[in-house]
Amino acid sequence: MSQVLLSAKGLKMSFGGVKAVNHVDLDLAGDELLCIIGPNGAGKTTLLNLFTGILRPQAGAISFAGRAMVGRPLYEYARRGIIRKFQVPSVFSEMSIKQNLEVALLGVGAGGAEAGAVDEILELIGLRSQADQTMADELAHGQKQWLEIGMALICRPKVLLLDEPASGMTKEETRKLAEMLLDLDHLSTIVIEHDMAFVRTLNSRTVVMHNGEIIRDDQFSVIEQDPLVGDIYLGRQ
Amino acid sequence: MTIIEITDIFASYGPVPVLVGVDFSLAQGEILALLGRNGVGKTTLLRVLIGLIKPTRGRISMAGQDLTGLPSHRIAKMGVAYVPQGRGIFPKLTVFENLMVGTRAQTGKKRVIPEEIFTYFPILKDRLDQPGGTLSGGEQQMLALGRALCGRPKLLLLDEPSEGIQPSIVQQLGVLIPEIVKTEGVSVLLVEQNLDLALRAAQRCLVMEKGSIVHEGHPDDFNDDKVVKKYLAI
Repeated sequence: MSQVLLSAKGLKMSFGGVKAVNHVDLDLAGDELLCIIGPNGAGKTTLLNLFTGILRPQAGAISFAGRAMVGRPLYEYARRGIIRKFQVPSVFSEMSIKQNLEVALLGVGAGGAEAGAVDEILELIGLRSQADQTMADELAHGQKQWLEIGMALICRPKVLLLDEPASGMTKEETRKLAEMLLDLDHLSTIVIEHDMAFVRTLNSRTVVMHNGEIIRDDQFSVIEQDPLVGDIYLGRQ
Repeated sequence: MTIIEITDIFASYGPVPVLVGVDFSLAQGEILALLGRNGVGKTTLLRVLIGLIKPTRGRISMAGQDLTGLPSHRIAKMGVAYVPQGRGIFPKLTVFENLMVGTRAQTGKKRVIPEEIFTYFPILKDRLDQPGGTLSGGEQQMLALGRALCGRPKLLLLDEPSEGIQPSIVQQLGVLIPEIVKTEGVSVLLVEQNLDLALRAAQRCLVMEKGSIVHEGHPDDFNDDKVVKKYLAI
């Protein structure tokens, strides 16, 4: 395993009386694929919000490539390569597919750098044929997911954070997404997902969150057999 | 008894046709699943039914009343409730306030949150005073469902209710949706990519392709891989 790229120590974040993230320690290696699962309200999205600088933890530290990150401005997280796809697809609705990708490139200060980058991503996300004329607003939910994944990838992330990327996708699309993620090199990925067929296909290291804490950290095939995880999350399979 | 009848509906986004002659009807107490690949017009159809998009042609009638082209609030008052994809809850309002907004579609004078909502979704009772935006994604989905039921609708339009919900609760939804239908006497038009849930809950399935209905069948039809491949594979 390569060395630790992203590291959290003792992270804490409460909303009112709810401890959304409570004493979380997590290390992610370069090139590692990590899934986060857990019941609704377990703190998964809050953890991503901490990793991307949207929230500032009430306690604890985050380091990325050896650099302390807490308190740095949001754009610095993005420019250093921590790139995120939101749970509800967040695209620019009145811009075309292509313009959305171009805007994403600007955001990381790589505007005009690579002429081929947009085409390459369009091919990868399967939206090339309609890239110029279709506004993001006209896309179905699953297609917006692909577009936002494309917007993240075009930034050439070092850490890609995906919050429920498979929701709204058909079974086939979900399979295609799993294959794509397994093929991605030179980046670390964190995926939050409730689609267990998808997580099973990835069969990577999987962390289970419950009431703000990490209660399991193992290969998915092991996690899946765990009776506690069955009770609180998976139900009968 | 037919609750809603959709006849030859056409709709478009600017010059782009999205619905090209959709016909079907839904009986009282029926759960009808609307299946199909991404971008074939399923969500557009729901938005037409709730009045967010005006059809360019065709007719929608509910219990004999024509509701084609009516504004959404009138359609809601007539008993149609919509749970959009992405939930559409009000993040700054509390859970209680979100549910109270749902009661505005009730016809009686005194508007109250039906107690059953908390039987279906106990978590909402614990979170009544919390702003909707601080709920987790899955909890927001339950709030959106609960809010829709607060209007005591006759027809419930659900766009991917399983989205963002943990597996054990998706399984419960497969039981809960038929239970709600039975108790409330409501009809459901269910758009769902989670095939297991759709087939477990529905009594009848429609498949859309390129803006029209191309197949009607029983959920059991989809146990056949060939049918799934034909209509739902990429």
